Amino acid sequence: MSRGKRILQYGVLPWVAALIVWQLAAWASEPDFLPGPYLTLQGAIELSKDGSLFTYILYSFYRVFTGWLIGSLIAIPVGLAMGRIRFVRALAEPILNFVRFIPALAFVTLFMLWFGIGEQSKIILVMYGTIFTVIINTMTGVLAVEEDKIRSARSMGATERQIMRHVIVPATIPYIFTGVRLAMSTSYMAILGAEMMAANEGVGFLIWNARLYFKTDWIFVGVIALGLMGFATDRLLGFVGRKLLYRYGIVFTGSLTRKA
Amino acid sequence: MTTQPAGAHAIRIENLRKSFGAGAGAVSREPHYIIKDVNLTIKGGEFFILLGPSGCGKSTLLNMIAGFIGKTEGRIALGEQEIERPGRERAMVFQQADASLFPWLTVRENVEFGLRMKKVAKAERRAISDRYIALVGLAGHENKFPKELSGGMKQRVQLARVLANDPAILLMDEPFGALDAMTRRTMQKELIRIWRETKKTVIFVTHDIQEAILLGQRIGIMSVGPSSRITDLYDIPLAYPRDLSDPNVLDLLGTIESHFDE
Repeated sequence: MSRGKRILQYGVLPWVAALIVWQLAAWASEPDFLPGPYLTLQGAIELSKDGSLFTYILYSFYRVFTGWLIGSLIAIPVGLAMGRIRFVRALAEPILNFVRFIPALAFVTLFMLWFGIGEQSKIILVMYGTIFTVIINTMTGVLAVEEDKIRSARSMGATERQIMRHVIVPATIPYIFTGVRLAMSTSYMAILGAEMMAANEGVGFLIWNARLYFKTDWIFVGVIALGLMGFATDRLLGFVGRKLLYRYGIVFTGSLTRKA
Repeated sequence: MTTQPAGAHAIRIENLRKSFGAGAGAVSREPHYIIKDVNLTIKGGEFFILLGPSGCGKSTLLNMIAGFIGKTEGRIALGEQEIERPGRERAMVFQQADASLFPWLTVRENVEFGLRMKKVAKAERRAISDRYIALVGLAGHENKFPKELSGGMKQRVQLARVLANDPAILLMDEPFGALDAMTRRTMQKELIRIWRETKKTVIFVTHDIQEAILLGQRIGIMSVGPSSRITDLYDIPLAYPRDLSDPNVLDLLGTIESHFDE
């Protein structure tokens, strides 16, 4: 492989290009209006000195991860039940299709009122952001299981319970995986909203708070931190998926282009 | 499972009818029958072919014998037992291996599926799966996943998977329909060998007249649907393995083909 191709494959090039464009735009503007990469880096160093940037990132991570995990653990069984049992589906689907269009942000105030201003309301908000995506994907997966698989299991003596555990769940895993992966991004959206409106720590707080000091560079630090957090969690999830769930047909493509 | 006398596994079908729909939205009040008045007895150990054009309801009939779908009127009995639901003694080999095999399980795990559901001990499972994987000619491929196999090999896995449960009856729904001609021919020969070794009853659905004559001891011809039924029964008293160059085979081919000419 030629050097040029290798550089392309690692995806370094677009980042270099983005940095250049950013810098050029910053030169053409004011530092307070659009801080360049260097100023942003300085801001990051400034925020790292007392460890606050690191703490903020950990806080946001903790909230996203906890809410996402609990949300997924609730949503997966619900999705399985909705996919498998017509009655449950008929009961829950209309409500689900109504509620899922209400973004988590709409509930920030209400959840604070109901669950307090502490961690609880934020984690529940992330759960809310997670649950519907995972339920719908899981249910779709269950409905997509080929009838022949269920029939062959049944004629080999599997009970309904065994069919659920040994056919439906494994066949649905790729859909569940896609669901939790998509839910991760909505989780970040939810937590950012909550932290901007009511928190004393977290990346959302950092971004919102920077406005008070007119620290545009801090906003950039927060925004980039968010991007990196999302990127890292998605990659981690993909890695875990590939390692543990390979046999279930998880195909995780980090890039949009197909590998040669 | 104990071996039972061959007669115990006779399948008796009497005045069987199947209609779909005919609900509130139906235009005519006469129910629409897919299958109407099918009468048939299949002996234990027999290789029986259901032959008919696409859409004649032969798969529907097979699915009713499997217990996957219910009947509307009439009887289907296995021995003295009325068939109402799927059972271990009736195994289905589906046309689409990809739809019926479990892609997350290896060849061995697929073959051991039924035994695992029955909670057979690991060592015994292993011995049984070894035997049937070897029988279908897949020794050495135990740890591969279905997606790593060719179409013919996948059908071998399906065959081993159902044989591992020691069913009395193999129901086969155009299992070689999706294979290329050469693989199909190999699989036909293999099936005859396996049938003679295991002495199962086979009910084999196909629309391929050649295949029917090469495989079956008896052929039941189904009329074009709707309201299809078995119009003719042919005994094929020829020895195996059969060859398309055999004048007797060609003779039968001509006779049966003339049925579909009208």
